[in-house]
Amino acid sequence: MDTRNRGGNRRGTAGLPMLAWAVALAACSAEDAGVAPGDAPPAAAPNRHLNILYWQAASTLNPYLSGGTKDIEAASMVVEPLAHYDENGNMVPTLARDIPSVENGGVSADLRSITWTLRQDVNWSDGTPLTAHDVAFSGAYCMHEEAGCNSLTAFADVERIEAQGDHTVRIIFSVPKPFPYGPFVGSTTPVLQKAQFEGCLGVKAQECTEQNFRPIGTGPFKVDEFRANDVISYSANEGYREPGKPWFRTATFKGGGDAASAARAVLETGEFDYAWNLQVEPEVLESMSAGGKGEVLAAYGTLVERLMVNHTNDDPSLGPERRSLYLDGANPHPFLADRAVRRALSMAIDRQVLVDAGYGAGGKPTCNVVPAPPIYASTANDECQTPNVPEANRLLDEAGWMRGEDGVRAKDGVRLSILFQTSTNSVRQGTQALIKQMWGAIGVETELRNIDGGVFFGGDPASPDTFQKFYADIQMYTNNFDGTDPEVYLAGWVCDEAPGPDNQWLGSNVPRACVAEYDALVGELARTAGLDERAAIAKRLNDILVRNQYMIPLIWRARLSARSMSLQGVRINAWDSELWNVADWHR
Amino acid sequence: MIRYITRRLLFAVPTLLAISFVLFALLDLAPSDPTGQLPLTIGPEVRAQIRESLGLDQPFAVRYVKWLEQFFVNEPLNVVEKITGLEIGDSSGRLRVRSWATRSPVVDLIVERLPQTLWVVGLSYVVGILIALPIGVFSAYKQYSWFDQIGAFVSMVGFSVPTFFTGLLAILLFSVTLNWLPSIYDTTHEVTDLGSLWTQLKQLFMPVLVLAFYNAAQLSRFMRSAMLDNLNLDYVRTARAKGVRERAVLLVHVLRNSMIPVVTMIALGVPTIFGGAIITEQIFRVNGLGQLLIVAIQGADIPLVQTLTFIFAVLIVLFNLVADVLYGLLDPRIRYD
Repeated sequence: MDTRNRGGNRRGTAGLPMLAWAVALAACSAEDAGVAPGDAPPAAAPNRHLNILYWQAASTLNPYLSGGTKDIEAASMVVEPLAHYDENGNMVPTLARDIPSVENGGVSADLRSITWTLRQDVNWSDGTPLTAHDVAFSGAYCMHEEAGCNSLTAFADVERIEAQGDHTVRIIFSVPKPFPYGPFVGSTTPVLQKAQFEGCLGVKAQECTEQNFRPIGTGPFKVDEFRANDVISYSANEGYREPGKPWFRTATFKGGGDAASAARAVLETGEFDYAWNLQVEPEVLESMSAGGKGEVLAAYGTLVERLMVNHTNDDPSLGPERRSLYLDGANPHPFLADRAVRRALSMAIDRQVLVDAGYGAGGKPTCNVVPAPPIYASTANDECQTPNVPEANRLLDEAGWMRGEDGVRAKDGVRLSILFQTSTNSVRQGTQALIKQMWGAIGVETELRNIDGGVFFGGDPASPDTFQKFYADIQMYTNNFDGTDPEVYLAGWVCDEAPGPDNQWLGSNVPRACVAEYDALVGELARTAGLDERAAIAKRLNDILVRNQYMIPLIWRARLSARSMSLQGVRINAWDSELWNVADWHR
Repeated sequence: MIRYITRRLLFAVPTLLAISFVLFALLDLAPSDPTGQLPLTIGPEVRAQIRESLGLDQPFAVRYVKWLEQFFVNEPLNVVEKITGLEIGDSSGRLRVRSWATRSPVVDLIVERLPQTLWVVGLSYVVGILIALPIGVFSAYKQYSWFDQIGAFVSMVGFSVPTFFTGLLAILLFSVTLNWLPSIYDTTHEVTDLGSLWTQLKQLFMPVLVLAFYNAAQLSRFMRSAMLDNLNLDYVRTARAKGVRERAVLLVHVLRNSMIPVVTMIALGVPTIFGGAIITEQIFRVNGLGQLLIVAIQGADIPLVQTLTFIFAVLIVLFNLVADVLYGLLDPRIRYD
């Protein structure tokens, strides 16, 4: 047995560069051999079985208890929300008749309630009709305080959910909600069948294995067999509301392995029709898709790889009472508190080089923390797209940071020496090395550090290595927001959210920067209803974060997936489940 | 002999208890978080609630005792109930060891995974033994011949080249270039007739080949040295002097004596079958016990990791005993009483 690898994932992942290399080799040899002839004889009836490959296997089919995107997307073939986001980020009704708004009277004038009207022709896959009681129940299920529901944020400020008759459901908020589309919009908050989940409220949610593994849904498919962390078998829901759909009669959702071999299964061997989230070196993907068996699809959502700039002093000698703590501004960073330094750091980075080296078709240079949807994307910061090393040097000279004998700038005994950390991941380490080089050109010394993702993002308050503790000067990671509305996301960077012992180090204002203007604007956003006004405020918030370099956006990242050439109808979606329109897929 | 086995089994109880405590403490001290894999868009308050719902807010001692009860009392009772169909006490209120990621009973997950692991890893062990023994025997008999040299080279390669490399090479050759074999193992495939058996054999071929190559490399060297130890002994010369046929000398006298340490080796290796083959299972997506363990470790699914590793510990203790007993049976000179 290969017990040598039993050491855990670290030894395992050490093989990944090797995998990538071997995969690249494979691509070459496939080309040389002229690629084996296609498997499907042209005259035969089309294969109505859909093969989907997610290299992270699904652990549960209950999105409310899921461990991540993989589970939510696997479940999205079965259970559905009232409305989806389409590939452009627009809401489209799914189980609802239309999207409620203030104009059509669906949202009350005081913004405290939203009323959804359900379609009347929807049945669960067991034949019983969908009613408003199912919707109200699903809300109660997630909002139960002992349930451990991970979509709770979507139900923020919901006071109660009322079924009014069989096909109308009203959601009442405790505060005016300018964007009331949190609950039941998008695949993270689908409608569960009340009859099935009735006995699973609260702590019981953990024990309802049968229900969590085989939810009854309204979607195009129903679950035949679920094997946790392995494979799911679906068959078409005969009673699906749109006649003639889904085109596929059965489907398999296989999990496990790694991204590179998932890409190969679609692009090279053609064993699978669709593979999800292919974070693989760009040149590997390119050579794989050269065979013409499949193509790589990119979906740009709101994922931005950014540098977080620590505004508090992270000196290890300070001890836990001061290190990286905001302390009402009494603990500023020795040199990153100087805006000239931050500006120079951003200016020195050539983002296009980072994209070419690590992301390829899966990334674009960006200067915004909110890169999309288009109405929210600011254009005020685009000058960062072109690096300007002379100007960065001039800024630092002007601010009094002079080069020492070793080429590193210093002022009053403080050297521009940065500890730069991120999670362990070959693309991130490559980016780190490039940035170190770019900063070297402006006289900034950089020490690189990488931390296992499980620890870095783990949030353990006792660990010194979490991204919230931020015991470093600069750190890099990706973040985004769910759905299309950035309000909650932007509200994370108000002064009060600075992580510290009082919030178990779980605050979301990781840079620990604080400006009154920002907090005031966040308050204004929470009171503003019109889309255009909201967009204007969101842009201003984004600009404050970026123009002051509280964070330095680097790369707007896409999610990459692959489809086989025979699979039609795929509309890859960054705003919702990638399988959101699986009912329309066909050959 | 019976007394010896009983004594060893009794000794195993405190050993296993100590192991379970160490495992539990190590996993508890390790910096990991079951909500660590959730997207960053999920806020800290929600994470805290999820942790609470998993029982993580309770103190260490309480969680450990609970696990002991669930594993040693509730799970066996559940197995008994399933087999006999009887209901013992309050069976629906009895807590089972539940995985955090799937919220399902850990033992059910393991039972679901066993067939794949036994098919692939077990078969590769058997195939490995079948390849290794003849090679070992013949290499020793013809020491320093070209066969021995090639055998030494092949087993060095098999031993030192990791399975993630040989596995990929196999996929590149058989799946990508030749398009003969599937690169992804279908765990839902059922063998019902000759055609489906053929499909099963096709998908088993690569993972079994890769693992068997690795196993055989080790074992054949071991077999060879055990044979060499015996070939030079006096009884072999005596047998030859008496005119026993060379075939009988080799296969009856020498092989039987050389098998004593080899059988022990094989018995000690059996628990690793159940441990699955983490890397190989990942490469071919066999999704057996090895893959279950690695996914659990990555997702900080502590109850699953704890239970799996503990079951491995039980198997290791058990097969150590089996090896000792076998040793006594094969070699009459050894007495345990």
